[in-house]
Amino acid sequence: MDTLELKKQANEIRKGIVTAVHSAKSGHPGGSLSAADIFTYLYFEEMNIDPKNPKKEDRDRFVLSKGHVAPAYYSTLAHRGYFPVEDLTTLRKVGSYLQGHPDMKGTPGVDMSSGSLGQGISVAVGMALSAKMSGEDYRVYTLLGDGEIQEGQVWEASMFAGFRKLDNLVVIVDNNNLQIDGNVDQVCSPYPIDEKFKAFNFHVINIDAHDFEQIKSAFEEARNTKGMPTAIIAKSVKGKGVSFMENQAKWHGSAPNDEQFEEAMKDLEKVGAELCQK
Amino acid sequence: MSEVIKKATREGYGAGLVEVGKAHENLVVLDADLAEATKTNMFKKEFPERHIDCGIAESNMMGVAAGLAATGKVPFASSFAMFSAGRAFEQVRNSIGYPHLNVKIGATHAGISVGEDGATHQCNEDIALMRTIPGMVIINPSDYVEAIEAVKAAYEYVGPCYLRFGRLAVPVINDREDYKFEIGKAVTLREGTDVTIIATGLPVSTSLEAAELLAKDGISAKVINMHTIKPIDEEAIIAAAKETGKVVTVEEHSVIGGLGSAVCSVLSENCPTLVKKIGVYDRFGESGPATELIKKYGLDGDSIYKSVKEFVQK
Repeated sequence: MDTLELKKQANEIRKGIVTAVHSAKSGHPGGSLSAADIFTYLYFEEMNIDPKNPKKEDRDRFVLSKGHVAPAYYSTLAHRGYFPVEDLTTLRKVGSYLQGHPDMKGTPGVDMSSGSLGQGISVAVGMALSAKMSGEDYRVYTLLGDGEIQEGQVWEASMFAGFRKLDNLVVIVDNNNLQIDGNVDQVCSPYPIDEKFKAFNFHVINIDAHDFEQIKSAFEEARNTKGMPTAIIAKSVKGKGVSFMENQAKWHGSAPNDEQFEEAMKDLEKVGAELCQK
Repeated sequence: MSEVIKKATREGYGAGLVEVGKAHENLVVLDADLAEATKTNMFKKEFPERHIDCGIAESNMMGVAAGLAATGKVPFASSFAMFSAGRAFEQVRNSIGYPHLNVKIGATHAGISVGEDGATHQCNEDIALMRTIPGMVIINPSDYVEAIEAVKAAYEYVGPCYLRFGRLAVPVINDREDYKFEIGKAVTLREGTDVTIIATGLPVSTSLEAAELLAKDGISAKVINMHTIKPIDEEAIIAAAKETGKVVTVEEHSVIGGLGSAVCSVLSENCPTLVKKIGVYDRFGESGPATELIKKYGLDGDSIYKSVKEFVQK
């Protein structure tokens, strides 16, 4: 896909996020929207996957360590063909396979259950180690929040990955600088994030999380990096694409009401229309 | 009587890993800087490329184990019970239990028989913690032979499994031709008619000693080795209670949430029976030689004999 197509796709994924969260009347739109472009690139360009055969053995693996942005994950998987887009409105409802946080047992395309922060990266590290041990060449991707990296387990996992030289692992930090209690750098600052990963023997790339050219070159650079894992620090805007949600901590974990939903969709329709004129 | 051979169940863990590891290349062992103590060093010596030392980072180790299991390996993640079930509880629950991944947790140094290291390292709560995780199998072998069999059975079983081992050398009691280990199937070691002693782990052998002493007083005690705490052998418990009436449970673990609680839960719902729980009573352990602590906490043969006798005669 070229950049324009990726942008269109990401916009559709954002609509799915807002629709799902609105329907559920709860969920996490802010961090889902900030990660939407990364998700789009991973699932439509980067990863070796097959929606018709979600469990194929040599597939690349993805672990959503910041599991609360399940709406972005589900919207991406749905648009990629793993399950019907219409099912996004069942999010968080009794009996739905779209649980509040990812459940690998029930959702096609989900490689690992996650949601408790700090745990997903360890599992991704285990998957990357597994590939190395048995000489398989699939790659492993994991997405973390910048608030999430306050969890100590993230650094246990990073120490392990750096020490083991897991160059088949890519850690992406969605750096939207907001967590529930406010700005990340005011609650308990993890900065400098890049220097920390460097200290744990990662190859570190800083990018704009909403610039597909930068996203593309970062993943290419990661692929060409040997002997060490890569960390991509993706500077993002929480709530990206929905004007009233952008850079607002309160949209971390609350759903739009009907009126706000209409407004949000209007924003995204407008972006979509503009993209179609290009 | 021939001389009693004593071996720690953690030795059986190491030996079992080597044995199963020889036959199955997908068996991988993880440790957190305790390979000498957990006995995974035995496996490390044979299969260094399949032994992963995660350093002192148990939470990450459990996650790495989950990742290995999700990609087709059969990891045995090893540390002390305190750190496996305690420190890493939430990783075990969310990264292993919830996705029902095929991870085996080899938890050694369980209970007060850790000895001199004292309360911080004496985990008397691990069975209680693990019992609450849906789908978690819990095995607490009583001797070296059973520990090896437990490793084999855990490997064959597909799903999360918590294996509990001890530090102290204990009598080998299952070294016999007809011994058979099956997950969830209790083993009756001695028939009796007046009372049933249901024991797990270390105090299985001391319960047998107690039964000998009780017999001299004319009290006939049935002894059951409940090596699997979950799924528990309800049938065996109910049948024994119907047969002998009073039931005594013996465990090197808190009486809150362990074997005693599990047995009471089965009996109260199916066959109300008076139960005496022998174990650690809502307190932390302490430093001291393991054998002295076992006496102090009432888990030696003589103490069990006295407790059971008093209970039977009440």
